[in-house]
Order: sequence, then C-alpha cells, then structure tokens
Amino acid sequence: MIAIVDYGIGNLHSVSKALQRLGKETVITKERDTLLQAKAVVLPGVGSFGEAMDNLEKMDLVGALRDMYLEGRPILGICLGLQLFFERSQESPRKKGLTFLSGEVRKLPPTAKIPHIGWNRVYFKRVTPFTQEIPQGRFFYFANSFYVIPEDETCVVGICNYNVVIPAVVNTDNLWGVQFHPEKSAQWGMKFLENWVKSLPA
Amino acid sequence: MLAKRIIPCLDVKEGRVVKGIHFEDIKDVGDPVELAKRYEQEGADELVFLDITASYEQREIMIHVAEKVAEVLTIPFTVGGGIGSAEHVSKLLKAGADKASINTQAVLNPNLVSELAEKFGSQCVVVAIDVKRTWDRITHRSYWEVFINGGRTPTGKDAILWAQQVEKLGAGEILLTSMDTDGTQSGYDISLTRKIAEKVNIPVIASGGAGKLEHLAAVLQEGKADAALVASLFHYRYSTIPEAKTFLKKRGIPVRTED
Repeated sequence: MIAIVDYGIGNLHSVSKALQRLGKETVITKERDTLLQAKAVVLPGVGSFGEAMDNLEKMDLVGALRDMYLEGRPILGICLGLQLFFERSQESPRKKGLTFLSGEVRKLPPTAKIPHIGWNRVYFKRVTPFTQEIPQGRFFYFANSFYVIPEDETCVVGICNYNVVIPAVVNTDNLWGVQFHPEKSAQWGMKFLENWVKSLPA
Repeated sequence: MLAKRIIPCLDVKEGRVVKGIHFEDIKDVGDPVELAKRYEQEGADELVFLDITASYEQREIMIHVAEKVAEVLTIPFTVGGGIGSAEHVSKLLKAGADKASINTQAVLNPNLVSELAEKFGSQCVVVAIDVKRTWDRITHRSYWEVFINGGRTPTGKDAILWAQQVEKLGAGEILLTSMDTDGTQSGYDISLTRKIAEKVNIPVIASGGAGKLEHLAAVLQEGKADAALVASLFHYRYSTIPEAKTFLKKRGIPVRTED
C-alpha cells in the first residue's frame, strides 16, 4: 500500500490514479495510523509551503513522516512535496520544513516568467535505477515558482534550465524528490513512476 | 527553456464537447474523455475544458467530467466556465483538474484571484480575459476592452491594466482571447497578445483565431505567447497536433517532441 498524504487541498487524484495504473494499491490519507502502515509514502505537490506544513502539524504527521524517513521507508516528494524535505522556504520564511535535507527553497529569479509552467527538458547528472530507460533531455511538466537549493549538491540527480539551474530530481537514501509532476508528464513521467514503484518492497 | 505549448480547447455543454463559432452556432463533436485521450496521444501539451453549460445546477456535470478525464489523462488540464468560488475550485481540483480558469467572477470580485492563489497556489489559477477592440467615445481613441459573461457584457476595463492587475493578485497564467479574431480562423490577434505578453511576467496563453499552422507560429513568435489555444483547427481535422509540432519545430520554435 502506498499512502498519499492529503493536506486537505488540491489534486491528489492524479497521482493516485497513476500509481494504480502501475498496479499499486493506494490510499489518500490524513490519518497518522494509516500512514504508518504504508510501505511507501507520496508527498504530493499542492498548496503553499506554509499551509502544507501547518496542515501536516495539525494532522500530527510531521513526526510520523520523520520516523518513516529514518526507518528507511521510501518517500517520494512531488513539486512542493520535494520542497518540504528542506529546512525553510522563501515562500513562508517563518515556517520550518520537514528538514530531512539541509538547504533551502528560493523564489525563482524574475529574469524569466514566473511561475515556471510547462514542459522543460531534464538532464541527469548520474544514472540511477529510477532514471533507467529515460534518455537525457526528455520533457517533463513543471508548475513551480520556487526551487530547492540543497547544501550538499551530490543529492541532485537531475536538473533543468530556466535561466537558473533548477534541481529537478533529488535523491538521498530512501528519499526521492522531483520538482516536476511525473503524473502529468505523459510517457516519461509514467516511466519515472514505474521505476520508483519497481524499487518498492513487495 | 520551456517548450511553447499547444493546447486544444474543448467547449463542454452538459457533459458533451461542442465548438462555438463566434460564441454561437454550436456543433456536437464528441465525448470529452475520448477526445482528451486522443489529443494526449497526438502530443497535446495540455488541455482546456471550457464549461459553457448555462444553468448553475448542471455545473456539477463538469466536475464529473473532470473526474473521468483525470482517470485517463497523464498531461495537465484546466477547467473554466462559471467558476465563482474557492469551494467550486476545490471540487474541480479534487476531481483531478490541475488548474481552474476564472473570468467573469475575477472581474466582479478580484479578491477571488488572490484567495485562490493563496489557497491553492498561483500555478492553479488561470485568469481568462476576453478582449475586444473598442472605440472610447470620451477620449476618442480605441482601446482593448475587457468583456465578461461570455463576451456579452462590456466592462470599460482596459485589458492591459487588467492583465497587470491579475498578475499582482496572484494569477499564475493569463488565457487571453481576442473576441475580434475568435471564430474567424484568420489568425490570432498578434498585437494584443504581444502587448500583454510584454507587460506581464506570467505566462500568456493566446486564444482566438487559429485557422492554419502559420497562425500558431506567428502568435508564438511575434505575439510572444507562451502557449497557443486551438479549437476548430484540430477539432475539424484541418490540421493535427503532430503536423503543428513539426511545422513549428522547422520554424525554430521550441516544442515538446519525443526526440
């Protein structure tokens, strides 16, 4: 069972459907107990940094997520979900993130249109099981105004260019984060999810 | 760099896809789910569903359509038409839509734009602006005027100022329709699109007037649009999306293709 964390806002249906198409059982949940029983977790990308953290705190899920991360259970953060892995964000400066990774989330510079909405090419810095069979420079769908700046750049697996270099795929241990929306990125997005799903314990 | 997007627009009335010419004269061209899937397979970058159902009660049908579409689609889609509250947007997003497009209600209640942006994020909020070149009897000059209620009601608002205002309010994108060119298939309004695309720092989706592939190239290059909305050109199979992408690529316009 893969748990999709419900912050109470936005589109969770699409991620859930995409994983179901790959033969996985999913549950969209706000419940700590349901979350703790899941084999893997998806933190989807809806709402703002502050609101998402507020809701996670209210639902008492911050500790549960941290425990799951430390136990080594696979967690996939999508868009805002990836940003929540970090310590803080310019979107909500007073709010502390999940702090699984050191670094911060910054607003994209106004040298290009913001939000960064649409299809951009993703290039991989190294080969991982998750990027298997996805060639360099394929298009993925993005919809973000903020981007992550990890302290330790070795966690950046894939990037895209938008006047700045945006980390598009981030990984350390059991933690995977993507700035794009794989569930909205047609065949290559589905391939990415398929690779992630294949890596999960049965 | 982002690819320029090609976005088929499906007008939906009571759950069926129709296409209005000059906002009137409607023909039935099919089932939204089937059409959506077909356009995705052809390489559409995104889809827009515009609900033109007249009555409030039947608006629920569109939420159901969004659910059905979300089950088959792996590209983003926007729903617009008659949206006037955060609750309505929340229902659409929960049903699987990625963005909501608001038009009349944004003009009547600009705070709605900021409310939606705060609640769901700017990337979910598209403000649709219907524009017509109008003669101002007081200043004796023409300007681009914003119309609401499906193009029936003039507002006296200047489209450029309104576009800048919705950006400040938190809109993530502008869906700009020229009522002068819409339904004519004689090409997008390049000067309007360019003017607005230069005055805002959010993506602009150009709409109204696509009749051949040259029109797409023109609005994405000279018009500086980030995306082109297309209806009849694709619906009636005058051109297909692969043809459009090949054409644009040859012109040096970055588009999403599989190579």
